[in-house]
Order: sequence, then structure tokens, then C-alpha cells
Amino acid sequence: MKRVTLFAGHYGSGKTNLAVNWALELKKTHERVVIADLDIVNPYFRTKDSAEMLSAAGIEVISPEFANSNVDLPALPAELYGVVQNRQRHAVLDIGGDDRGAYALGRFTPYILEENDFDMVFVANFMRPLTQTPEDALGVMREIEQAGGIPFTSIVNNTNLGRLTDRETVLSGIKKAEELSKLAGLPLGCTTVEEKLCRELNISGTVPIVLQRRYFDII
Amino acid sequence: MAKVLMKGNEAIAEAAIRSGCRHYFGYPITPQTEIAAYMAKRMPKIGGTFLQAESEISAINMVYGVSSAGLRVMTSSSSPGVSLKQEGISYLAGCDLPALIVNVQRGGPGLGGIQPSQSDYFQATKGGGHGDYRLIVLAPASVQEMADLTAKAFDLADKYRMPAMLLADGTIGQMMEPVELPEDMRTAVYEKPWAVTGTQGKREHNIVNSLYLVPEQLEKKNIERYERYRLYEQNEVMVEEYMTEDADVCVVAFGIAARVSKNAITAARAKGIKAGLIRPITLYPFPKEAIRKAAGHVKGFVSVELSMGQMIDDIRLAEGCAKPVTLCNRVGGMIPSPDEVLKAIEKMEGGEF
Repeated sequence: MKRVTLFAGHYGSGKTNLAVNWALELKKTHERVVIADLDIVNPYFRTKDSAEMLSAAGIEVISPEFANSNVDLPALPAELYGVVQNRQRHAVLDIGGDDRGAYALGRFTPYILEENDFDMVFVANFMRPLTQTPEDALGVMREIEQAGGIPFTSIVNNTNLGRLTDRETVLSGIKKAEELSKLAGLPLGCTTVEEKLCRELNISGTVPIVLQRRYFDII
Repeated sequence: MAKVLMKGNEAIAEAAIRSGCRHYFGYPITPQTEIAAYMAKRMPKIGGTFLQAESEISAINMVYGVSSAGLRVMTSSSSPGVSLKQEGISYLAGCDLPALIVNVQRGGPGLGGIQPSQSDYFQATKGGGHGDYRLIVLAPASVQEMADLTAKAFDLADKYRMPAMLLADGTIGQMMEPVELPEDMRTAVYEKPWAVTGTQGKREHNIVNSLYLVPEQLEKKNIERYERYRLYEQNEVMVEEYMTEDADVCVVAFGIAARVSKNAITAARAKGIKAGLIRPITLYPFPKEAIRKAAGHVKGFVSVELSMGQMIDDIRLAEGCAKPVTLCNRVGGMIPSPDEVLKAIEKMEGGEF
């Protein structure tokens, strides 16, 4: 298990959800875990939505100071340098969507590459309109790598259609993720499915994830 | 096309493209920036124009230009940016130019904040710019409706030669839901004999202009325009009624407030309270008839809004103050919870208003 795990991908692919789940998973086997929100693009749904739950679980949370506030000030907190410079903790980095989001990663890239103990995960949802094919997803991967300066090392398939996700959605996602894995020459880490549905479908290779919620379920 | 998972803002952009819009002009502002970002990615691939203008004011005037040439065109912004566009919108109306203006509302007044709001209701439905004019105002309550009403807005704008506003809010702009978009979302072809497309030496030239030096002519123009508005009012009201038939308490809400209210109505019904919802989809024209009809059998209305109470005035006008109307609201970027709406329903049921 690498010290730093970065989650990047097309926006709306489920990066934040995965980052939060991964941090909780890491905490089971590691004493010190920190999750850092590098998203300076997305104004509403973010790591900070789960801050209370994460803190209660003993995970350190670093978010842009103004995240979830009424201030539109896309500034990253200084503590982020601590994440890449102090190697005592296991770190989960939630990168903003697309290349635009990944630019913010650039200033930390030299530290991460120098330490060379990272997993850069591409989160894919093939039900998103601009990444419906493995080829389009590969295009987004390359754009993010260019912007952030870190090569991807693995793929997580998070293909879903929100509450309309069904067996067909998951199976077709796996098929496309396997194609992307071949195209990119990177391993497919796993396929994630919302926990209740994951148990119901019971498809091999799928891993349950808990969805973070900010508001409430609406009809 | 099969279903895909989209953000509300993306759904607007893709639906606009599928409605034949090939010109987008805008300036970034949270929480609608994804519309511009999506257009920036898609437009160059399909031979369209995405242009980030130097300001909102430039963007709306570029819209004026393209619309004058008879093409489908749009701009989008959020509350403070839409205020900047008001002069241009008045000019569009004064020239009878169709166009789509999207407002993904955030808290105000002033710079306000980036969280969701519905406090531009007055601005959208009562004017905003100067002069006698109205806008087509559509209020989506889901990501699917962000797409469907975008297509509808383009059609209505062309049909009635009016600027149309899609009045959304930050929540629906940012949230993700499954949507299905037909390949071609145009429902009709509208001839635009008034457009400035070059005469080829074969006809009199067209003029797009809102300046009238002779007051009699300007008066005539205004009266003609209002005749068209009257037709629009008569023919195009859109409203969703949810469990209103036997309702004792009628909630009136649009956009995200309506989605929250449906949860509250389900909870109220479970408690034996007959609650229903009138959801205006067109804010102009306001669904007066549905309100009037409900006033005949309900104890009262609850207006649920993300504002200090703006639509509530239109409810009172529509029902002629026949029944009490209370306000259930949150502002500044906050959203009323289903519980808060349920409490307001219970109060009305108990005769407390």
C-alpha cells in the first residue's frame, strides 16, 4: 500500500466519494491518516461534507478554508505542504475534476514524484456524457496527466447512473473499464458500487462504497 | 440516446446544442460555470462558437448580434452576472429578438454568496431591465427538466420572438441525476424573415433596432408586442399539480423548493393531512388558473421559497386574497428542509396563519 493515494478523473465521476471511503478503509490498518481536498473547482459537493464523520473516525481533514462557505475563493490551505513533506501519515488526496482541477496539484507534484510512494487512481464513470467510451476516458486521463504532472498508476471503475444504477449499468461499466485498462496499460483496481446495491447484485470484483450526502434524499 | 448521469448545468449545455444552438457567450461565475466549461469542450468539435467574453455585458450584446442574424444563441450566468446583463436583455426585448438567458441563482443581494437561492424571481418575472417588456420564464425542478426546458425555451423564444430565461438555482445546477436526451430536441422550424442575413440585392434590408424617434410609433410597437405577450400567456402556461384534487393545504413551490416540498407532502399525507402541491413550471405566465381553482377547496396556501417571499405576491393576486397564504422560506444560500415545510403545512392545517 502506497503512502499517498490520489483520486483524479472527469468531474462528477465520484472522486470525493471514493476518497472518503478509501480514507476510512486505510484508517482500519493505519494509525495516522489524512484526507486532503484539493478541489478548487467544484463549489458544492465536497470532502468537507463528510468532515464531521471523518474527524470522528480519527482522520485528519484538510480542506480549502472557504469550502462550503459563501466565499468563492479557490485557495488551497498551507497545511497541504505538510501532507507531501511530512511522510509520517498515509494521505488521501481528492483532486478536482478534469485537467482544470488537476492544475492545482502541480505545485505538490515534485514532492510526490521525489518520494515515489504514490498511487494515482483514475476514477471512471462511463455513464457520464463526456466519458462514455474508453477512448474518451483515455483522452481525459491524458489531459489530467498533462495538467497535474503525475502519471496514473491504476483505474477504479465507479460507473453508475445514480439511483437508476442496475446490473446492466455495472456490467457494461466493467466491460468498458477492462477496455480502458488495456488501452492505458494500467491495472483495473476494482469496481465500486453503492453498498446496498452491491450486496443485492453480488457481482464478482465489485466493492461496496458508502455515499456521502450533503442535503437529503429528494423525490 | 440511453440515459447518462449529468449535472444540471451540463444538461442545459447539451440540450442547447441539441436544440440547434451553436453560439454561446458567457463569463464564468459560480455556480453555473460548468455550462461554459461544457460549451468550451463541445462547441469546437461541432463547428460552433464558444466565446468567453470580457464581461457579462459583452456576452449579452454578442447574443444580441447573433440573434439579429436569425441564429439560436444563449448566454448563462448567476445572479450578480444576470444583473449586469439587464440592459442587454431590455434591448433584446425591445428588438423582439429570441434568445436564451440562463440564471443559475445564488444568494443575494449584491455579491451575496455562491450557495443556491431563488431570490431573482422578481427580477426574472417583473422586469429587471427598463421599459415595458416580459420574459418567457421557465423554472426547472430536476436535471431532466434542465434539459427539456432549455429546448422548450428556445422554441418559445422563436415562436413568440421573446427572450427566454431559464430560472434555475445552484442546487439543480450542481446536482447529478440520470437524464435522457433525444438526439434532436427541436420541435419545429421557425422562419425568421426579419433576420439580418444580407439582402443579396433581392429584398428590402431588415433593421433590428429598439430606438423609435416618433412616440406614436413606439406606442404602437409596445401595444403590438403586448398582444403577442397575451397570446403567449393564453397558450403556454405550464404547471404540475401533485395531489391537489382533495387537498386541504396547498403548497406552491417551484424549482428545488418544489422537490423538497414533495417530500414534505408525502410526510404530511402519512400523518393524515391532505396536502398537495402546485408547481409553476412557467413563472411567467404564472399558473393563475390552477391557484384560483385550488382556492375553491383548500384552507390556505403555503408558499415555499428560497427568498424573503417573492412568488407569494403572485399567489395572492391569483387567488384574489380568498384564502390565507403563509411563507415557508430560507435565504442566503440555505434550503428549507422537508421538516420545515411539513411544520408549515401542519400550521396551516391547524388554522394557524
